[in-house]
Amino acid sequence: MSDFLPKLPVADWVDLFVEWVQSAFSFIFDPLKNEFGDFIEGTAEWLSEIPPFAVIIIVALLAFFISGKRIGLSIFSIVGLLFILNQDIWEELMFTFTLILFASLISVVIGIPLGILMSKSKWAQAIITPILDFMQTMPAFVYLIPAVVFFGIGMVPGIFASVVFATPPVVRFTNLGIRQVSNELVEAADAFGTTGPQKLFKVELPMARSTIMAGVNQTVMLSLSMVVIASRIGAPGLGDLVLSALQRAQGGQGFVAGLGIVILAIIIDRMTQYLNRNK
Amino acid sequence: MSIIKVRNLSKIFGKRVKEATSLLDQGYSKEEILEKTGCTVGVNRASFEVESGEVFVIMGLSGSGKSTLVRLLNRLIDPTEGDVEVSGENLAKVGKEKLRKVRREKLSMVFQKFGLFPFRTVLENTEFGLEIQGIKKEERSQKAKEALELVGLGSFIHQYPDQLSGGMQQRVGLARALANDPEVLLMDEAFSALDPLIRKDMQDELLDLQEKMKKTIIFITHDLDEALRIGDRIALMKDGSIVQIGTPEEILVSPANDYVERFVEDVDRSKVLTANHIMKRPETVDIDKHGPRVALERMLEQGLSSMYVVDRTRQLKGYITADDVSEVRKNEQKNLHNIIRTDMPIAQPDTPIHDIFEIIHNAPVPVAVVEAGKLKGIIVRGAVIAALANGNGVTDTHE
Repeated sequence: MSDFLPKLPVADWVDLFVEWVQSAFSFIFDPLKNEFGDFIEGTAEWLSEIPPFAVIIIVALLAFFISGKRIGLSIFSIVGLLFILNQDIWEELMFTFTLILFASLISVVIGIPLGILMSKSKWAQAIITPILDFMQTMPAFVYLIPAVVFFGIGMVPGIFASVVFATPPVVRFTNLGIRQVSNELVEAADAFGTTGPQKLFKVELPMARSTIMAGVNQTVMLSLSMVVIASRIGAPGLGDLVLSALQRAQGGQGFVAGLGIVILAIIIDRMTQYLNRNK
Repeated sequence: MSIIKVRNLSKIFGKRVKEATSLLDQGYSKEEILEKTGCTVGVNRASFEVESGEVFVIMGLSGSGKSTLVRLLNRLIDPTEGDVEVSGENLAKVGKEKLRKVRREKLSMVFQKFGLFPFRTVLENTEFGLEIQGIKKEERSQKAKEALELVGLGSFIHQYPDQLSGGMQQRVGLARALANDPEVLLMDEAFSALDPLIRKDMQDELLDLQEKMKKTIIFITHDLDEALRIGDRIALMKDGSIVQIGTPEEILVSPANDYVERFVEDVDRSKVLTANHIMKRPETVDIDKHGPRVALERMLEQGLSSMYVVDRTRQLKGYITADDVSEVRKNEQKNLHNIIRTDMPIAQPDTPIHDIFEIIHNAPVPVAVVEAGKLKGIIVRGAVIAALANGNGVTDTHE
């Protein structure tokens, strides 16, 4: 670009860093890649082996009770899942569901404690906020690269990329929810002599519950949106179908797989929202 | 015995607290300190003691530092300077563990907006303090139920706070505070969010409860009527300083300065002032000494059409009218016994002006203020009206 300002070798530095991380932490990455990968795939296969009709009935019942004994979501679930079964993409659905399940669980398990930390400490907030901004603005595709470097291809790197992409909302919402607890309730807790953990578990988390659940909902939806992207690094499932349809220009097949993702998204979204609404 | 001793307690909010503290000690005012350092003086060297079993009211307008002061007492806000002694323990100096113990066992707080946990039932809310102390389920629910009975909510224990009216919610707040059986109740504008009628009920109820329980209560309010109604003693705050401490009567009758006086002007005097405050020395005739001639002379002298009659020990006998006395003189009678009338209005020294106003309305003569049969003074209609007019103008804003 210019002769007196040589280009900074940022890309090289990052490569070096990634290489170093890969070799230095292989004792973590390898078992994650192998044992955890096997476990996830085992889960997905186990889910695929459950008779589809049993799954549909369970989902419909769950929807019925979670939605406060309303019938709408149950009917939608039955029709939607029957459609997926009819289109012969049931196994892919199970793989996608497993991917979302693990990605969301890991995001929540990491995210809620981080959010609590942020709400309790100005320092944590100052450090974590820009990192979250970075994680959310960096194009999701970029996370595929370290994912592949650390974990090869398959479901584990897919989950890794999803977790990086989907964790920020639950962290932010947890932080927000706890900070929003009214001052008077915090004072009431203090005035009765609560310890820190008592205040957190008996007052702050229950008060912040619905905000945190909104964050969880967002996290689940984001990890769902990573499904197609993650299929680029070999994560099986509905996303993979979309990808291969794209590569072969099969509009119809792509549409069907896309519809499957939408059905799954709606069921999960409504269920988590209902969970939040009920007392 | 003093259960709470506060000495030179100050709180300064802001970044340059040290500077501000030294300025405060040099006697600079709140405004000057704000200008020089950007720090706000919340509480300015407050000192007072509260007796065990007393209802101590801290009163001031918003921004006067009263809410900060009460939070310094249980250290929801850390003091900048000074000592807070609660039954012998200096809370300003104790560690976290000890502070928690004092908060759990000795101090309970009731909040302006109730501070109830919406996800807990009334019973669970009331149990909160006990639960925090790790008391077993049965015991704490037993104690919580007793506290709820006490405030008249025994049958609402499984409701959630948002199912109750404001007054009932604050009863839950009160029950929660009482369930701990604390020595001191801190009530921060506890009734201010309630509408006036409910507020009066709650004040009465608090006084009834206090009769039974004899807790020490520190009550924060911006409402002078409320302060006068429930306080054994009142501390008046302005700009973070305590301006005057005294009984309701002292505050009303001898305000320490203009500020207190202006504050007091607003109050409905008819409820607080009594006959004692507005009666004047009576002109009388002594039935054992004086005859019609003296009586008529005195009446003429004072321009009165009637006069009270007492005996040698100032026991009230009745009154006589000028017309009757003239009649007696014409008839050359020597004493007044036959013309003494006894249909006069009578009040005790502690009868509120409000009641006197009703008595005096149709009375032919001034009200006689009598204690143990003795005539202490008289009240003329003008004095009552003057006393009411003095403070009554603004009363409506308080109702």
